[in-house]
Amino acid sequence: MKTKHIDEILLEHPFFEGMNSDFVRVIAGCGINKLFHAEELLAREGKTADFFYLVRQGRLAIEMHTAGRGHLILQTQSDGDIVGWSWLFPPHLWNFDVRAMETSHVIALDGKCLRQKCEIDKALGYDLMKRFSQIMVERLRAVQVQVMDLYGNGR
Amino acid sequence: MATAASLPEVFRVLSRRQETQDVFTLEIAPHLAGSEKVLRFLPGQFNMLYAFGFGDVPISISGETGQVDHWIHTIRNVGSVTNGLSRLKEGDILGVRGPFGTSWPTNQNEGEEVVIVCGGLGVVPLRPLILHLEKNRARYQTIHLIYGARSPNDLLFTSELHRWAQTFQVEVTVDHAPLGWKGQVGLVTRPLKRLQTNLQRTTAFLCGPDIMMRLASQELLERGYRADKIYLSLERSMKCGVGHCGHCQLGGHLICRNGPVFQLDQVIHEMNIKEL
Repeated sequence: MKTKHIDEILLEHPFFEGMNSDFVRVIAGCGINKLFHAEELLAREGKTADFFYLVRQGRLAIEMHTAGRGHLILQTQSDGDIVGWSWLFPPHLWNFDVRAMETSHVIALDGKCLRQKCEIDKALGYDLMKRFSQIMVERLRAVQVQVMDLYGNGR
Repeated sequence: MATAASLPEVFRVLSRRQETQDVFTLEIAPHLAGSEKVLRFLPGQFNMLYAFGFGDVPISISGETGQVDHWIHTIRNVGSVTNGLSRLKEGDILGVRGPFGTSWPTNQNEGEEVVIVCGGLGVVPLRPLILHLEKNRARYQTIHLIYGARSPNDLLFTSELHRWAQTFQVEVTVDHAPLGWKGQVGLVTRPLKRLQTNLQRTTAFLCGPDIMMRLASQELLERGYRADKIYLSLERSMKCGVGHCGHCQLGGHLICRNGPVFQLDQVIHEMNIKEL
């Protein structure tokens, strides 16, 4: 079976849909394939955000520890989703834990490597920033609706 | 003048089951001894349940359709009347008017794909439809069931969900969950984004809080699904159940009489008017 190169995988991923293939090749240079088993942590709150993850297959939980309630799962991300934007903004620290809920295949993209490439090629940086902004808006909207507690009946 | 639609009939409670912390299910049947009355209803219809001394409220019928000898109602204890209903025990009596309202269509979408999106207690009016689809599984293409709830503890009909997952594409998502939850956490619109069905030959059924239905219907429309093939069940403060009092008016519609089930293109304008 032919092994796919990272740039081929990225081109098929919804996050990179329609992106200039030259950009995708540059980004692919910062990526590696990774496999995480169930319960394995991909990121830990407060630690350096070196990577972000494109989920190829599996499910990741974005978690936060709260006093008295233990770990809460705030969101899950699965096939075709992207996890992590802390690498983009100083101080480049994770705001949440990220845990594999099942065996998960991801592409891990090196944030430091990408930041350097974006500084050199502003068009690449702009394209990438637009895509992340879209994701951030979607996630923010989802969180806004979740905190409205639609189903909660005021409990 | 009093009519059959405005006079409650006396029913008795056959059984009461606590589903979650604040949701319970009553099985009820006509009270008269020896009564062999056949009860009929269509999926999506509701009854007005009268807790004596408290008042009456519209409650969807959650059991299987067809000719039955009892009705099943799954109810959230949320106000004084539902609190009165929640105190009923086996053998107690209550008043019933109905069934009322429009229903989920089941005939014109045979041979097509089906998408069901429900949130919170919205699964209750959809359960008769789901049971119908399960019973007549061969008549439909892929059936997707997307169910959103507040937390894993608030999920209803969990044993049936496992059964439905054998024949339907079931996706359950909650607003938040403790560690150990293996399902999804997020809005029902997330699974909708990944949906891949034939846009022209898919019928969607939505029921849940207004905002959830608005977001879900927006997502479906943006994806290219047809507004006339998206059905939703609206709820407003229904009082009489028969279109006399006007409490449930939504623009030109009286939800209790013209609804609660509507095609999206019938009500999309009114759904987007904040004052209504």
